[in-house]
This record gives sequence, C-alpha cells and structure tokens, in this order.
Amino acid sequence: MRLINRHPGRAARLFLGSLPFLILVVAYLVASAARLADNPGDKLLPALSSFAQAIETMALTPDRRTGAYLLWSDTWASLTRLWAGLGIATAITLVMGLAIGVLPVMRALLAPVVAFASMVPPLALLPILFIALGLGETSKIALIVIGVTPFLIRDLSLAAAALPREMIVKAETLSASTWLIALRVVLPQVMPRLLDSLRLQLGPAFLFLIAAEAISADSGLGYRIFLVRRYLSMDIIFPYVAWITLLAVAMDLGLGGLRRLMFPWWGLEGRR
Amino acid sequence: MNAITVENVWKEYGDQIVLENLNLSIAPRAFVALVGPSGCGKTTFLRMLLGQERPTRGRILLDGAPLPPEPGPDRGVVYQRYSVFPHLTVLGNVMIGTELRGARLLGRRFGAARRALADDSRAMLAEVGLAGSEDKYPAQLSGGMQQRLALAQALMMKPRVLLLDEPFGALDPGIRADIHKLMKRLWNEVPMTVVMVTHDLREAFTLATRILAFERLRDRPEERLRYGATLSRDIDVWPPRIAGRTTLYDADIPPGQDDLTAFGQVPGTTRHTGAADHAAHSPLA
Repeated sequence: MRLINRHPGRAARLFLGSLPFLILVVAYLVASAARLADNPGDKLLPALSSFAQAIETMALTPDRRTGAYLLWSDTWASLTRLWAGLGIATAITLVMGLAIGVLPVMRALLAPVVAFASMVPPLALLPILFIALGLGETSKIALIVIGVTPFLIRDLSLAAAALPREMIVKAETLSASTWLIALRVVLPQVMPRLLDSLRLQLGPAFLFLIAAEAISADSGLGYRIFLVRRYLSMDIIFPYVAWITLLAVAMDLGLGGLRRLMFPWWGLEGRR
Repeated sequence: MNAITVENVWKEYGDQIVLENLNLSIAPRAFVALVGPSGCGKTTFLRMLLGQERPTRGRILLDGAPLPPEPGPDRGVVYQRYSVFPHLTVLGNVMIGTELRGARLLGRRFGAARRALADDSRAMLAEVGLAGSEDKYPAQLSGGMQQRLALAQALMMKPRVLLLDEPFGALDPGIRADIHKLMKRLWNEVPMTVVMVTHDLREAFTLATRILAFERLRDRPEERLRYGATLSRDIDVWPPRIAGRTTLYDADIPPGQDDLTAFGQVPGTTRHTGAADHAAHSPLA
C-alpha cells in the first residue's frame, strides 16, 4: 500500500502526536543530567527538582517584599494588558473592517492607509509610544493595538468583500438597507473569520506584550523573565516560557471552541 | 398595462456592445423564458431588470414607471447558487425578508410579532415542500431543496416580478421535474410576472408562456466587438398558458373522454381547474 493511503488510527495518532514532546523532554533530561554530572552548580540546564522548587517559590509562596504570589500577579498583569489590547483591536476592526468591506466609498478612503499602516514595524514605534504615552499601561496596550489591528482589518475587509455579489443583491431584493446588509448579512458571515484571524494574531500580540514589558514594566510575565535573566535563573525562565505558551494555547483553543459554539453553520459547506 | 416595457435598450461595456436595440413588452402574469447561446447577454438583461446594472441607452419601465436604479423588494430573484444565506437556518432564511422590511434598525423581530412571522414562514415552507426542515442550515439541504428554499424566501416579499437566473440548471433531471411542478403551481397561484433565464429549451417550453431568444445576428470575428446580441425570436407557447388556469395539455383528461368540448365546459383551449380557488385559500395569495 502506498504511504499516501495509510491513515493512522486513533491510538496511533495520539502516540505519534505525543512522540515529539517525549523526545524533547528526554533530550532535555539527558543533556541536563550530563551537564550536572560535570558541574553540580550548572545553571544552564537545571534538573526537574530545581524547576519544582522554582515553581513553588513563584506560584505558591508569597513574595518576601510585596507579599504577592509573583506568578499569579505577573499573569494577571500580562493578561489584562493583552486582553485590553485585543479587545480594543477587535472593536476597531469590526467598525473599520466592515466599513471598508461593505462600502466602496470607505474602501477608497481607508484601504490604502490601512495597507500602509500594516507595513510599519510596530516595535520601531515603541520608543515613540513610550515618549508620547509614558511608561505606564497605556503605551503597552497601544503597542498591541497598533501591531494587531491593521492585519485584522485587512483580513476582515477582504472576507467581507469576498462574499458573493449575489448574496448582497439578494438582500437588497429582501428590502435591506446598507446598514441592515452590514448587520444581518455581512457581519454574521465574517465573524467566524474574525475569530480565526484573532487566533492567528495571538502570537504577535504576545510578542508585542513581552517586548514592551521587557523594556519597561514593574510586573508581568515578560518583565519577570527579563528580570531574572540577570541572575541566569533558567529554573524560573523555563517554567515561565512554558506557562506563557500554555496560556496562548488555551486562548487559541478557547477562541476555536467559541467559534464552533456561536457559528455552527461555519464549515458545513465544505464537509458535505 | 404592461408589467415590463423595454424601450430601445443597449448595453455596452466600454467598446464591447453586449446587447443592442431591444424593444419588447411583457404582459402582467406572463412567464417569460430567455434562451440563447452562452455570452448572448441573457444574464446581463436579467441584471438590468433587477436594477443591478443600468442600460447604456434606452429605458426600462416597470408597471409604467421607470425602473428604480437599484434592486428592491418589488423584484425577487433566485440564482443558481448563493441565493440563500448560509448563516441562517431554513426558517431564518424565510423570515429574514419580512424582518428586514419591518425592523429597520436591528433587522429582527421579537415576541409576538416574531411568533406570527414564524407561523407565516412555516406555512410558506410547507407550501414549497420543506416542512420539517425548519431548523437545518442550507448546507444540510440538497440542491433541489436549497432552490425550493430560495423560492420561498423570495416569495415572502410578494414581488411583482420574479427573476430566475438558471435556477434549476444544476439539478438532477428527476429533482428538476419535481421543482418544475412546484414552479408551475407557484406561478399559477401567486400574482407575479416571471422572467427566467435558461439554457434548457425543454425547460423553457415546459414552464413558459412566451420564449425570447437572444442571438448575435452578426457573429464574424471582426464583428463581435461592435455588434451585440438582440432579440432574434419571440415565440408564444401554444397552447397558451394563462396564470391560474390549466391548459388543455396540462389537464388530467380521463381516458376515452378526451373531447372536452363534448362536456360544454371549456372556454377556448383552457378550462377552469379550481387552481384559482385554491389560490384564494393559499398563504401565497
């Protein structure tokens, strides 16, 4: 039988999917054990016990100076910034993306400037944001908004413009106004796409968040990583990176589930 | 008065002349089939009737008044594809027209108004043979059922003119015959004029009262740009079909009793079948 026709079963898929993770973990443990055998004081690849201890210090023990549980207060600070940024970006996208996608006049007015803005490297704007908005929360949220919104707008307006013309004409023959076409025909059909492109923008959003926190903050996941870097505390950095990844994966799955829940019709077309 | 009057209409895209010098009038309650080879401007003509495109020259009148420059609820349409909204259930698709017309801010009805509309919509769905599928999404319906839904959705607006753009072209022959029966019944019962684009002559003669053929009269390569298609044939189908009545050939005639004049009940070539009475009790009327 040709390889292209071999489909793994359920158990085989589970095994194959977890194989790379296992290999990574084993490779780490072997390398770590080898380095620690050479030099018990090695900080580069700590043993699992050091991780457990670091996690206990960060997550389960109040900080000696502030009394806060650092992992949780860092997580809360970062997620607040991230969600504020993504929320504002989504709101702007819904208004501008729909306007560009539905109205030829707005497309002529806004599409060029959005295309231009999406090419500005957001991190290069960070100094400007820090100068103009100060070092507080505003500049960090603004960086996420600026970095993410142009792509969301372009994606949404393309999706709206790609709806078949017949559907718009049909809505007109059902006495819809421009506003009602946008509200009841275009918006519900581009919402699943918006959720999907939001999932794709989670990566960049975390990138902007951590970059901003690394440069200037007093709490946050990115701040902590760059703070303990000075002491070569790999035992803290590794769990933090894993935690950030886990948060991003959870948000990705959550948005995917939300889409399936809210838009059960999405994807029916292809499956039939 | 004519339902649709087309006066000296030309359609050009830049240098390309697509349709030239169309003059015709369509009687109210007629069922007109537009036939012709691919690229002869049938669909362009339908789009002009719809208001999606405007004639380059000439004018089109609807019930004696100039055609509005954009599509509206007086002209319904059913396409071969994309006629129904994939994000609404079957019931939602039938309700949306009335909702859009009544609720100009949110496009939704609530409470008692919504329940009444849902009841009307269910009756309409039963009329087109979709009872029981109310909660499905269009993608879960077969092609024939999707087109039935599209017809129900369009008819909820009680359009004066129903425009059909090859609506049954993608259906299997058996399903197509079923939906032809439905289309005939709807045309008999609903007070509307129908204009249908089709490439299937058999379909045209099965359904229509009148057949318009578009053709390029000059079709040499060097002539194609500067000469468009025009009306080449205008055929009244015989025996004449009259909306609300059944023709001799469509009637159920018991064997051995085919000389209908012997019963003294038949005016001309048509006879009353009670379809109009049925229409009076139907939710479609």
